[in-house]
Amino acid sequence: MTLAVILKQVPDVVEELAIDPSGTDLDRDSVSYVVNEFDEHALEEALLLREATGEDVVVVGVDTTGELDQALYTALAKGAQRAVKLVGDVEGSWLSTRALAGLLAPVIRELSPRLVLTGVQAPDDLDGQLAPTLGALLDWPHTGVVVGTELADGLVRVRKELWGGIMLDLELATPAVLGIQAARATPRYVPVGRVRQAMRESTIEEVEVETPVESAPKLSRLRAPEAAGRAEMLTGSPSDVVERILEILRARGLY
Amino acid sequence: MDSSLRKVQDVWEQDTAIVEGVDISGPWNRMFGQRVIWNYTPELIDEIASFPGAESFAWCYQCGKCVPVCPVDVVGDYGPRKLYRKAQTGISLLDSPDLWLCTTCMNCLRVCPKQVDMVQIMPAVREQALLSGRPLPAELQEALENTARYGNPLGQPPRKREAWVKDAGVPVPILHQIQRPVEWLWWVECYPSYHPRGIDASIALARIFHALGLDFGILGREEKCAGDSQRLAGERGLFEMLAEENIRTLSKYEFRHIVVTDPHALNAFRKQYPKYGGQYDVWHYTTLLARELPRLHPLLTRQLPYRLTFHDPCYLGRHNGEYDAPRQLIEALPGVEFTEMPRCRQNSYCCGGGGGGMWLDSFAAGRQRRRLSEERVLEAVATGADTLVICCPYEVSRFEDAVKSTGYEGRLRVRDIAELLAEAMGLIGEEPAKA
Amino acid sequence: MAERILVLAEQLEGQLTDVTLELIGVARRLAAPRGSTVDALVLGEGVSALAATVPADRTLLMEHPALRLFNPEAAQRALEAVARETSPWLVLVPNTSLGMDVAAAVATRLGWPLVAYCQAIEERDGQLVATSQLFGGKILADCPVGTDHAVISVLAGAFSSEAAAPEPPARIERLAPPAELDGLRVRAVGLERPEAADVDITRAEKIVAVGRGIESKENLELAEELAEGLGAVVAASRPLVDAGWLPRSRQVGKSGLKVKPRLYLALGISGAPEHLEGMRDAELIIAVNTDPKAPIFDVAHYGVVADLFEVAEALQERLGG
Repeated sequence: MTLAVILKQVPDVVEELAIDPSGTDLDRDSVSYVVNEFDEHALEEALLLREATGEDVVVVGVDTTGELDQALYTALAKGAQRAVKLVGDVEGSWLSTRALAGLLAPVIRELSPRLVLTGVQAPDDLDGQLAPTLGALLDWPHTGVVVGTELADGLVRVRKELWGGIMLDLELATPAVLGIQAARATPRYVPVGRVRQAMRESTIEEVEVETPVESAPKLSRLRAPEAAGRAEMLTGSPSDVVERILEILRARGLY
Repeated sequence: MDSSLRKVQDVWEQDTAIVEGVDISGPWNRMFGQRVIWNYTPELIDEIASFPGAESFAWCYQCGKCVPVCPVDVVGDYGPRKLYRKAQTGISLLDSPDLWLCTTCMNCLRVCPKQVDMVQIMPAVREQALLSGRPLPAELQEALENTARYGNPLGQPPRKREAWVKDAGVPVPILHQIQRPVEWLWWVECYPSYHPRGIDASIALARIFHALGLDFGILGREEKCAGDSQRLAGERGLFEMLAEENIRTLSKYEFRHIVVTDPHALNAFRKQYPKYGGQYDVWHYTTLLARELPRLHPLLTRQLPYRLTFHDPCYLGRHNGEYDAPRQLIEALPGVEFTEMPRCRQNSYCCGGGGGGMWLDSFAAGRQRRRLSEERVLEAVATGADTLVICCPYEVSRFEDAVKSTGYEGRLRVRDIAELLAEAMGLIGEEPAKA
Repeated sequence: MAERILVLAEQLEGQLTDVTLELIGVARRLAAPRGSTVDALVLGEGVSALAATVPADRTLLMEHPALRLFNPEAAQRALEAVARETSPWLVLVPNTSLGMDVAAAVATRLGWPLVAYCQAIEERDGQLVATSQLFGGKILADCPVGTDHAVISVLAGAFSSEAAAPEPPARIERLAPPAELDGLRVRAVGLERPEAADVDITRAEKIVAVGRGIESKENLELAEELAEGLGAVVAASRPLVDAGWLPRSRQVGKSGLKVKPRLYLALGISGAPEHLEGMRDAELIIAVNTDPKAPIFDVAHYGVVADLFEVAEALQERLGG
């Protein structure tokens, strides 16, 4: 049996994000891409499950950046067994979650995994999270904000985080789709040498997909948040700043 | 077998033995018999020595010369000799925290009669630890991930690498903009490009280069970390990737020499990049400025009423043999008093930042009485100096933190040689250029 | 068409969550000019008392054993059935751990558009616009919302809960659970609450909160000392809790706790939307971060662009002395 992990590349929010003149997308030429941080956790959780149960891990992604190979080879180097890349006329485009799930659903069904793991959310999933969307399309049980998993006979036990440290324990019949918030361990490091080895020795399977007609999220414009309501900035040496802070606290009877 | 020998437990003794008229029959002569030492197994030593680059680990004959000169031993229970001894007693270096404590400062190799070379052993064993999937300290993992992703260990956007230039106050040509050959390609490196105090020194150095009329340019956003410390931390694959990319970038431009701010970059360019096809004439900025002293001297017009002491960077001094240039520059500063610390030049202490130590600070601090940087700051304070002079970008943040944690804030300042020169030239004030 | 707005009321163990009141408040504001009515759907078992406190025009109450604890599949089926039945032009769902499981799935099943991470809903030039927080809060997306069915999942804390002044609901209507609730593939096993032994940060008057900028577990000591000097407690953003450096009970934000202290000193916290959700209502927010563009400065009252250690140490020195 297999565990399918869906990896998605997203604009790196560490970089300055510029908006395209159209106003409805980022300036994709100036964007640099990283794997969605939560997807890295999904992969780690899958690898931990594999270590416990011996399942094969297959990573799947839609190549919207032309750079997905790097992410897939890295996953193979970390311990995944297979990598599947969906290719089509989608490079450089912003796929809505529903379009993404629509492309993935038949491929996932074909793989018939025990479990699908992906990140709980992504920085650009304007029309909702992938796990519940894909779960609805496949009509498989699903849940998100998962912080721990355990496979059992015919089901997966998951720990879902609510708020304030409250945890909800669920059992989902497999196959199921999980949105991972945090793996049980920090996503592992893989040395560059191992990634390069994977690039030499492994192959990525490619699946041609049809471009969806309406693939972008519906929006009228993107904008930067207004700078209004920004903090009053305290400047000077650390000791100057500290004096000001203490003054502010004193004025409010907090110190 | 000698019939007069009998085995008593695990040792042999002669029933009758008279040596030079002295009767040492029985237990008396046990000490003269050969005895097989069986209290350790050599497997762990052989395992380490089997890693390419770590062969010399097995050559250690436990003389112990390396221990007192090891800067890590001074503040903790560590020493190159002890690694071998621990391996004898069943503690594998691969799984021991010791693996991450060595700063590859090279002081042990300087005194080792057997040429046991920790500068090669450590990266080789660390690489095996990484390749075998052993977990690595979280801070180091983050620095390596950042380097792979952004080309710098700080996790800063590549495009911001040249952002400091706008504060330089003098033109700093960026090669992808000027599209002409330069004489000196200035390899600025990561901390001098991103760290606030590193930027202070970069601005000072830019103004000095400009005042000297040097024909120079930087790569700006195209520059990536030279990668030497990542290599020494065990990430050889990452280093190779960076080297290949940097060599490719450098091949696009015409220049005659490279001047580096960072001794770790100097080391990479001199000793590693040639293996990947990158042959350059590389200078540390102190070497270049010392050569320019005849032209620099008349510009050093301001009196600096400071009492200075100087820390030799491991990768400038021991690793690359440059001890004099920084001292010539310091002595050229008008008005200063200069005192050496007891541990200087070849026997200089280490700031703790080399060999990946820059990204293992908490890991190491939890295993030492005090940080190496703190030990060094105390040494600097003991000379009576009010200013600790440095010329390696790792040191400024490490020593400034140490000055605070040892309680000497306000009494000892940490300044780059470039900052002092620029101040003496009237190019910057007493305060850092940017702050 | 513009008759009904449906709000998914969120409750845990018979307690209505704050975000539910916030959602009903928005729903009433949108309903008034359109002549719509606001339906609130309460799912649970033995929660009729709670249903009576929901300030909607009509409270739809569905009770079933599978709804006793939150069960994503049961909630999805229930909301889907009610939405099909009542055909609202707008469905509001909280963008919480519970709501996230439901909103996208129901919208997908119904083929209705969804706007997630919504922080504002406004009328602009006769068009309703939902504004969504994307890319870690660095970009906002304005999305047109039609009157022909839409689902919006709303960030907790984005709207005032006072707008929904408690008033008794006009009526409670009991709905029969759909047949699917008897053959579910998901089972809710139980809830686990954090150990009570630890500090309750929601009751703390002053909080020193630390984020990724603290760099290592060892450095938490500085935060602890600082907190002691200020008479505060230490809280953290999610990454530190995920790393196991602090217990879950210290986590501020979407998946952690919502706090409203008199002082919130944020050290090395960049201010992801998920974090801001948990602390933006603090009376006084002072933030220290190296990135002048960090979103934390958008909610802070005072900001310092500096190395957190420099400021923390200087502050500690003054407090200690």
